[in-house]
Formats: sequence, structure tokens, C-alpha cells
Amino acid sequence: MTITEFTPWTGLLGGALIGLSAVLLMASYGRIAGASGIFAGLLTLNFDTEFSWRLIFIIGMLIGTAWSGLFFFDTSSITFSGGPLTTIAGGIIVGVGTVLGSGCTSGHGICGLSRFSTSSLAATCTFMAIAILTVFITRHVLGA
Amino acid sequence: MGKLAILLSGLLFGAGVTISGMVNPMKVLNFLDLFGPWDATLLFVMGAGLVVTLLGYQIIFRRKAPLFATSFRLPTSQYIDAKLLGGAALFGLGWGLSGFCPGPAIASLVFGRMESITFVIAMATGMIIAKQIQNRMRTSEA
Repeated sequence: MTITEFTPWTGLLGGALIGLSAVLLMASYGRIAGASGIFAGLLTLNFDTEFSWRLIFIIGMLIGTAWSGLFFFDTSSITFSGGPLTTIAGGIIVGVGTVLGSGCTSGHGICGLSRFSTSSLAATCTFMAIAILTVFITRHVLGA
Repeated sequence: MGKLAILLSGLLFGAGVTISGMVNPMKVLNFLDLFGPWDATLLFVMGAGLVVTLLGYQIIFRRKAPLFATSFRLPTSQYIDAKLLGGAALFGLGWGLSGFCPGPAIASLVFGRMESITFVIAMATGMIIAKQIQNRMRTSEA
């Protein structure tokens, strides 16, 4: 494990931008800015309007990331944990979980909680607790 | 105009997950590690995201419809059932293993790191599998 620096100001700024994204998408197109739902909807490969707005959002996301990676974020600080098997297993489990659980950190954690959705609250508490437990086990019990 | 707003919304999302540091899995794992080198940054990310969205939604929902679509498409109230909680638990497990949740993982593709590409392909595979399971459950119920 690598120690990362506590960065509250860029955290607040980044969080506010994610919030603005959610607000803008709802105000303009009436949709929840949930990354897993938007991305999963692309995988149907039905090239209709449902597909196109999702694709536009994802393209915007990639542009925003590339641009801020050039000026506001040290991309060399990105550090991964675990080997390729962990990455593959983690990816598959996140994919299955977000489809069955109807959302992720952005959809449930930001948009759902902001709508006072009780199911989003239940989902957010569940995935936060399990994620904390998982890190506790891998780092402090198994000692990876 | 509608498409431009969607593009800008995606742009803000990408900038947000990058500037906040969420695209760095180690930073996320250190946030989840309450008993290790705890990095509280993500608490500030979530907090600011929630405050802005909560206030923004209050204003938006005074209108009957969004600016560039006929209606708001909100999830109909979902029951808190085994599927929701089991799915959320699985997501938590995968998130805790990798330090990646879907948004930052997709965003980080632009940095061209092998781990990001592998993760997103695996995630897409998992999503397709889960959708097929869901479809089968629906047809067996009908």
C-alpha cells in the first residue's frame, strides 16, 4: 500500500463538479447522472436516442478527464493495487453488482441520496460497509 | 443545445472525478481503510457532491419538465430487496478489491493504463452477464 496525501480542497472542488454534472444532466435532459447505469445502457448496442445521449455523456467524461489530467492532476500519482487477477475479478464483480443493485457511487450515493431515496440509502450503506470490510480483510487480515 | 448540455455534464463529471483524485485507486482504497493510512479526501468529495446536487435538485424539481426533454426520468421507487442489497454488497466487494468504481474507472481510460482498460472490459462483461441473468429471471417469472 502507498500512502496518499489528504487533499480536502481538491476533494471539495471535484465533488462540487460532480454535483454540478448531476444537476446539469437533470435540468437539461431529466436523467440521473449514474456512471454505471449510463455505461451499462451502452452495452445493448441498440443505436437509438437512448444510446446516443449516453455516448455523448461518456465522450464528455473522457474529454473532461483528459483535460483536467493535463492541468489539474498528477496522473503519475495513479497507483493500482493487486495484480491482473484482482483487477479482472474486481471489474466483473463491480459490473454484476452495479446492474443487480441498480447503481453505484454516483447513481445511489450522490443522485439517489439527493432525492431522499430510501433504497439508495440502503444500497449506499451496504456498498460502503462491504467495501470497508473488504479492505480491512485484504490489508489487515490477509496482509496483502 | 440538449446534446451540448449532456456533453458539458459529462465533461464536469470527468473533471470532478479527476481533480478530486478518485481516478487513483490507491486514494480510494486508503479512504476505505479506516484502520490504515486513512485518507479522508473522499468524504469531502461525497459531501460537496451531495450538497450541490441536493440544492440543485430542489430548484430543478419545481419545474414540470427538464429543458430539453419531455419529462424527468426518475427511477420508480424500488423495494429494498435481496437483489438491491446483494447487488450493492457485490459492488462493495469489487470496489474494495480494486479501488475502482464505474465512473472513475471509465474516466481513467484516457490515461491509457493497462489496469484501467482491463478493469473496464471486465466490468462490461460483468454487466452483460448480470443483464442476461435478469432477463432470464424475468422470463421465468412471466
